[in-house]
Amino acid sequence: MSTPIPTPGTPPRTRDQVADLHFMDARYKLLDLAAFLDRLDRASGGEDHRVRGLRAALPLLLEPTEGRVARILNLWSDPSVAPIEKADTKAASGVWPGLK
Amino acid sequence: MRYIEPHGHMVSRTTDDYQAMALAGCAAICEPAFWAGFDRKSADGFYDYFCQLTQHEPKRAAKYGLPHYAWLCINPKESEDMGLAAEVMALIPEFLQCPTVLGIGEIGLNKNTRNEMKILEAHIALAVQLDQLILVHTPHLEDKRKGTRLIMDCLKANGVVKPERVIIDHVEEHTINEVLDQGFWAGITLYPESKATPVRAVDMIEAVAAQRVWLNSACDWGHSDPLAVPKAAQEMRRRGHSAEAIDRLVYGNPVKFLSQCGRFKDPQAQR
Repeated sequence: MSTPIPTPGTPPRTRDQVADLHFMDARYKLLDLAAFLDRLDRASGGEDHRVRGLRAALPLLLEPTEGRVARILNLWSDPSVAPIEKADTKAASGVWPGLK
Repeated sequence: MRYIEPHGHMVSRTTDDYQAMALAGCAAICEPAFWAGFDRKSADGFYDYFCQLTQHEPKRAAKYGLPHYAWLCINPKESEDMGLAAEVMALIPEFLQCPTVLGIGEIGLNKNTRNEMKILEAHIALAVQLDQLILVHTPHLEDKRKGTRLIMDCLKANGVVKPERVIIDHVEEHTINEVLDQGFWAGITLYPESKATPVRAVDMIEAVAAQRVWLNSACDWGHSDPLAVPKAAQEMRRRGHSAEAIDRLVYGNPVKFLSQCGRFKDPQAQR
């Protein structure tokens, strides 16, 4: 586990204090995620790119250094750099469809 | 507690929301022009919308003691139709004369198309020509990182835009540092599902020191919360941040950025 380096202006806190504030929130979100994966197992059909992207992100949660949110968002991002000619939808799906 | 809602789509909200925001300490609301959830068929629709933003909403807000300001543009979702975009942009200079208009926004990209880019460039040129502040919308979800970079390249390519007069909104953990490193202001939009939650927003604030950052709720017609900014302030209190630090973020920072437009008046200073 990394050594904490608080940003100037951030009140120092222990990991116990963080857990006291946010553990139950993280706990129910993890259980919701597990329930979502179970729900997918009970459904028919193939797996779409969004769920593939979600599964691909799970190992990043266990990486030992902070920056996990940015790493997951980067994983799901369109890696191309040039504007596209025309869009076939106004909406975004949450995961770049080309993610393998 | 006092705060500014620097990006709220109040045309989508009921008067109950105005009341709740005022009770929570809101001191002023700023409303950028945006996509209404459907494509408008003509520039006349935008003319009416700009009238709503500059005439009707300020009156509605005033009933709860709230100053209401607006930003004007054609949003990127409707910019794909370049003919319509040109007609709408021709309306903007007239409305920029209104005493509550702060600048050009929320311009930007949605799906990062070539037409969106052309209209973005035209908006930036208009803002420079008329010496207006700029409020930028960055794309959603998987399109955000690419779009944010394209937008910043576009702003820099203009050559005249001052980064400190531009706020790039809807930043998340993977874009906030690039935005701040290039000298722009960054807006964190608080949504229950997409963009950032109040808890994640405070994590970001703690990581970047928050000198050129504001928080906003956007509070549009989708799943959103007009009280998200005070909820983020509450999260900061839970973590032990001082009242001064919270006030600086949710009140001082928006006042500092918005005061670059002479039409914006610090609501506290007016009392």
